[in-house]
Amino acid sequence: MGLGLLASRAMRPLKYSNSRVFIRSIVSKPELQSPEASSAAAATALEPDLPPRSPVGGARVHFPNPEDAIEVFVDGYPLKIPKGFTVLQACEVAGVDIPRFCYHSRLSIAGNCRMCLVEVEKSPKPVASCAMPALPGMKIKTDTPLAKKAREGVMEFLLMNHPLDCPICDQGGECDLQDQSMAFGSDRGRFTEMKRSVVDKNLGPLVKTVMTRCIQCTRCVRFATEVAGVQDLGMLGRGSGEEIGTYVEKLMTSELSGNVIDICPVGALTSKPFAFKARNWELKGTETIDVTDAVGSNIRIDSRGPEVMRILPRLNEDINEEWISDKTRFCYDGLKRQRLNDPMIRGADGRFKAVNWRDALAVVAEVMLQAKPEEIVGIAGRLSDAESMMALKDFLNRMGSNNVWCEGTGAQPNADLRSGYIMNTSISGLEKADCFLLVGTQPRVEAAMVNARIRKTIRANNAKVGYIGPATDLNYDHQHLGTGPKTLLEIAEGRHPFFSAISNAKNPVIIVGAGLFERKDKDAIFSTVEAIAKKGNVIRPDWNGLNVLLLNAAQAAALDLGLVPESSNSIESAKFVYLMGADDVDLEKLPNDAFVIYQGHHGDHGVYRANVILPASAFSEKEGTYENTEGCTQQTLPAVPTVGDARDDWKIIRALSEVAGMRLPYDTIGGIRSRIRTVAPNLLHVDEREPATLGPSLKPEIKSEMDLTPFGSAVENFYMTDSITRASKTMAQCSAMLLKK
Amino acid sequence: MRAVRSTHPANLFLPRVVCGRGTKSVASLLLSLELVENASSSRGQASSRDSSSNPSISSGISIFLHCPELCKHLDSPDNNPDLPWKFSDTNKEKVGYSIIVKEILSHYPSNYKQSAVIPLLDLAQQQHGGWLPVSAMNEVAKIIEVAPIRVYEVATFYSMFNRSKVGKYHLLVCGTTPCMVRGSREIEDALLKHLGVKRNEVTKDGLFSVGEMECMGCCVNAPMITVADYSNGSEGYTYNYYEDVTPKRVVEIVEMLRRGEKLPPGTQNPKRIRSGPEGGNTTLLSEPKPPPCRDLDAC
Repeated sequence: MGLGLLASRAMRPLKYSNSRVFIRSIVSKPELQSPEASSAAAATALEPDLPPRSPVGGARVHFPNPEDAIEVFVDGYPLKIPKGFTVLQACEVAGVDIPRFCYHSRLSIAGNCRMCLVEVEKSPKPVASCAMPALPGMKIKTDTPLAKKAREGVMEFLLMNHPLDCPICDQGGECDLQDQSMAFGSDRGRFTEMKRSVVDKNLGPLVKTVMTRCIQCTRCVRFATEVAGVQDLGMLGRGSGEEIGTYVEKLMTSELSGNVIDICPVGALTSKPFAFKARNWELKGTETIDVTDAVGSNIRIDSRGPEVMRILPRLNEDINEEWISDKTRFCYDGLKRQRLNDPMIRGADGRFKAVNWRDALAVVAEVMLQAKPEEIVGIAGRLSDAESMMALKDFLNRMGSNNVWCEGTGAQPNADLRSGYIMNTSISGLEKADCFLLVGTQPRVEAAMVNARIRKTIRANNAKVGYIGPATDLNYDHQHLGTGPKTLLEIAEGRHPFFSAISNAKNPVIIVGAGLFERKDKDAIFSTVEAIAKKGNVIRPDWNGLNVLLLNAAQAAALDLGLVPESSNSIESAKFVYLMGADDVDLEKLPNDAFVIYQGHHGDHGVYRANVILPASAFSEKEGTYENTEGCTQQTLPAVPTVGDARDDWKIIRALSEVAGMRLPYDTIGGIRSRIRTVAPNLLHVDEREPATLGPSLKPEIKSEMDLTPFGSAVENFYMTDSITRASKTMAQCSAMLLKK
Repeated sequence: MRAVRSTHPANLFLPRVVCGRGTKSVASLLLSLELVENASSSRGQASSRDSSSNPSISSGISIFLHCPELCKHLDSPDNNPDLPWKFSDTNKEKVGYSIIVKEILSHYPSNYKQSAVIPLLDLAQQQHGGWLPVSAMNEVAKIIEVAPIRVYEVATFYSMFNRSKVGKYHLLVCGTTPCMVRGSREIEDALLKHLGVKRNEVTKDGLFSVGEMECMGCCVNAPMITVADYSNGSEGYTYNYYEDVTPKRVVEIVEMLRRGEKLPPGTQNPKRIRSGPEGGNTTLLSEPKPPPCRDLDAC
């Protein structure tokens, strides 16, 4: 809400006003004594000679059918809008920001705050613009004394029971009520009774409640019911005793619960980890990308000095709309704990000793040069950016080894056909689907934002969902078809009733989980899925419904860059292992005399076996390119300085290459990016989704049998999937409290 | 509770908690919380002592349990989600619902089952002795296939759904202006004094409880009380108005109910017939004349 805009509009002396001096008081304005008469005067005074205004918040008008356009007048401006728009939407298109509390464009319309009252000509009373459909020829007036008086009245009622605790409220400075009371509030209250107070609720470790501040807009109730899919919150009681609550003691067990903090227009729901930590005007915002899952949600990292204070979502209609998952939002305290500060070498006594970079790199280079090329293995971690993976691959290739891969892609990933590992439908494209088949994937824990998108589709068009995998709660209705490849085979052979659902659907979607990459029979599974796709008409020239849902932020870029191991059992024979942030690699079979480098930002699993530690910067501290599961390239930006003596991943590898005498030919991030252009040019098209050009029809026929063991779950604990989230205290609390069975 | 309030001058400055009819202050709630806390700590020291034997503790909890406007469920031995609850009926249908539940559901389209929430809650309340335990609300939610919170929302909205225990005879005194002018305060005081309870509290024998109600719509016969009779389950459930009552008469009514006597509902003034004037009609004594404008017999 543009505070300045609202305030200036409220403060601007009305030019049709009789009095030159604008008196800010509730009762004493002469024109308010007879609002109808003065608004009639205003109608004549307003001429459309004001400069045209631009739509609020980039509101766009999309006409699905040109004949459905209707003309309305907002403050005298003629305006073409599609049928079905509300008065509020029409005003937004006209560039008029209507104050509102309960209305939210992504939630159903409640119409209970009454803040959005506007005057409509020939209407006897002010109308709630959020709930009123715009009708042809409607003359909407947003700036008249009647509308202003109505809003001032509403505001006074809202403030009646709202505590005056802005100085100790975490919402202070970014509070809709605060902002709008600057425009429509009075400087004194007339309410002399006691204010009501409401008992606070316990919604878990993420959302702090101060229910006395609640203004009953019900945005949180609608969000929980409609978007998050957990019907826990409700509006209880009535009248002045009305309150938001769960009635029975219950925590909010949604992976999207943090979003209620953003949509709460007042300070009733605020962030528990952020409570009393900072004021929003002290924070520096950095627009960057989330890396805790493969969705690549757009986020803003708010930092103060060297510390990340909080993470907020950024609007991106194609990826995360305006929501983010709780893991994305609250993992940031993991960035401050368990960090690796200095290069370290494990001594003879088994303890790490801090050394300087020169010594560490010299030791690594020496050991590396002694190892045979085929004994050198490089593994990129799940949080690695494309630049560092390119550098790692180039460096190890120069050393003569081609055993470079990214964890989570399995022993024999198929990186040849891009359509075989990205989400071909695109995340926003899922909204067109009317039938989903989820194979070995649980989007709710693997990619919460994709799950929210599927849920949105199901709510909109009652799409059918079939799910193959271990029984789970996806927070929407789904048919649990089976647990393993057996069901998949039945569908492929057309014996299963769900096959007719796929083949009868207009836009069927199959989503295969990347957890299946780790299975030995993955080729057979994928060819079965492709058979279903072929029979069910899932891939057409205008529709590609065959998708893979990746698990990690690094995966798509790693496969684009061709980080594929040469042999599937390279670990068993390795003598020199370069772990670039890889924590979840199974090092059990690694020979005891192997030398392990761990380059990363957290002292996590990978460090236990490491001989040398090279500290690197985390995603919040570096510029890096990531490709999300749908093939959209995005870049992170440094929000805070790195910890200790840590360096960017690619710089460490570049320095090491020089010490080892195999100097890589790039010195800047731009240099690496030109190198990437020769391998995967799509990684340079930032913020663009590059669809795969070739379909799976080019794939050679695979004649292998499927193993009938059921699919497992790829993510056991939604809150802890990588080194940052495992170091986070908040995520640990969430795992302890919310995953309790 | 009023006593607590008066002994705490500090609570003049404390905001009121929305609970009861506004007579409780935060101080009294805090005090009661303290009592509960003390109880739990003292239980640790002397585990043999039953906590409910301490009157101060039970009254502390009862502030919460007998607060009809409290929008929160508090687990207690007779009201928690683990207690099984089913609509009782001997004529079970195949689906497992009783015949009367099926009858109620049949009034609504099958895709709008949730419309049956109020009739079903009413039925559950009649069956469960006048109040709705949380497990009954859960059962209703299961039958109409909505999330339990949607049922809680309805049950907390309507003041005629009792979410804490009431007596077998729940006496509701109308407190709206016409009745108040005609002496409803005295009637409530007489009832409370006679039964020895506070408002919304149940008598020790579990027979009576007294509540307040907003306008019952019979202001011509004010003051009045309603007797909701839950003593015979949903089949024998009655909900009768006793009008033109006096403080003496309500005590008589209570005693008659206690003895199990039936008394005709309606005005308690023997000189009135229904809502007619005392001593018979004074106007409109003859047959009403036909309208002069047209001849009704001609059509």
